[in-house]
Amino acid sequence: MLTKRIIPCLDVRDRKVTKGVRFQNNIDLGDPIEMAVAYSDGGCDELVFYDITASAQGRGIDIDMVRDVAKAVHIPFAVGGGISTIEDIRQVLLAGAEKVSVNSLAVRNPDIIAQGAKLFGSQCIVLGMDPVKVEDKGKFPSGYEITTQGFRTRTGMDALEWAKKAEGLGAGEIVVNSVDADGTQEGFEITLTRMIAESVKIPVVASGGGGTCKHLIDVFNNAKADAAIIASMIHTGRFTIRQIKDELIAAGIPIRKKW
Amino acid sequence: MITIIDYKAGNLTSVKLAFEHIGQKVKITDRPSDILSAEKIVFPGVGAAQSAMDNLKSLNILDAIKKVIADGIPFFGICIGMQLLFESSQEDGGTTCTGILPGSVKKFKTDDKFCKIPQMGWNTVKITKPHQIFAGIEDNSEFYFVHSYYPDCSNKNYIIGQTEYADAVFSSAVAKENIVAVQFHPERSGRIGLKMLENFGTWNGR
Repeated sequence: MLTKRIIPCLDVRDRKVTKGVRFQNNIDLGDPIEMAVAYSDGGCDELVFYDITASAQGRGIDIDMVRDVAKAVHIPFAVGGGISTIEDIRQVLLAGAEKVSVNSLAVRNPDIIAQGAKLFGSQCIVLGMDPVKVEDKGKFPSGYEITTQGFRTRTGMDALEWAKKAEGLGAGEIVVNSVDADGTQEGFEITLTRMIAESVKIPVVASGGGGTCKHLIDVFNNAKADAAIIASMIHTGRFTIRQIKDELIAAGIPIRKKW
Repeated sequence: MITIIDYKAGNLTSVKLAFEHIGQKVKITDRPSDILSAEKIVFPGVGAAQSAMDNLKSLNILDAIKKVIADGIPFFGICIGMQLLFESSQEDGGTTCTGILPGSVKKFKTDDKFCKIPQMGWNTVKITKPHQIFAGIEDNSEFYFVHSYYPDCSNKNYIIGQTEYADAVFSSAVAKENIVAVQFHPERSGRIGLKMLENFGTWNGR
């Protein structure tokens, strides 16, 4: 049986992993390669790195770091943030990443999804989205609007419509990163994640808000997510991946058991 | 030395890095002469069947592949590299493949809206027949899969591993003489996947 994936998220600035709440107040957590190896050895199913930028290179993507990750871990990993051209996507994939996640770039230029899918295959192109709950159901039928730059910019785009459009353009997976839930550890965004999971044929990954094993059980059972991204609950040392997986297995969720 | 065939079907970085990680020397090539002189061959690939077949032909490497297989050189097909070994694929409106192994490649079907196609993620491989490629690997270990089409090997004697997804129980690992082929990505399957690559490195093809 295909298992549900647990994906640690590493936000990286200048080769240090950081973590903030609602995209603010970031603190340093450690070395990204060491953490990636520890999580991979600990049983995570995939990894995602956001904002791998090298300040010395004018905030271009730190390709050397992508290469170092690819040498050190042999499970799939995605890179997002800081991608601005199709050439960036090519470089990141050639350096050994399995997937590239595009978010605000795809909002500005949706065709990047189609180009990336055509050149490298849909399975490499992940659409990341930062939806926020809104009241205006007339303008936003799903009840969620897409934002960029972590809530700072509203796009006027409906989240569900955007998910369907991205699938049509060739995205291979969608990450629903709830702005409202990010870093709160109060639970994933269930309603929208499920709405998207029901409406597209590609895998849907829930992100933002995971704080307990109960939250993960909810997001798999109720939101029907194929995978969940977690950060705080493991970065703080409160849980190991093994502990999380044991609880999910006990709850009957299909989870990878051997690593 | 592991020779990886580069026929412009996807990114070979992860395969190369995984073999290097376990201490193997790796050569990546698209030249028939390199293939003919190889000690061990890895035939990887992601992407669409038709363009992969077209590339094999335009690079003139199909005959070299058939020759080394006939000569008993250990040969490891991965993902599309496995699928191309069969007779045909339903992909791209029907693609004629190499016919090195009996059977065909079919598309997953499902009515379950939550069962996504492609299959993307970790699924179990039930070992149906012992083989050195599984040495030190437990039955029902999980491997990383990314695919919309699955191999259906028509000679049961060649099936060494099976996996269930959507409407199918499919041949996720097959072996015939010096050929071993898997639908999943051992190079992305963590420690257990690396163990499989190590096993290929020590296998003499018999």
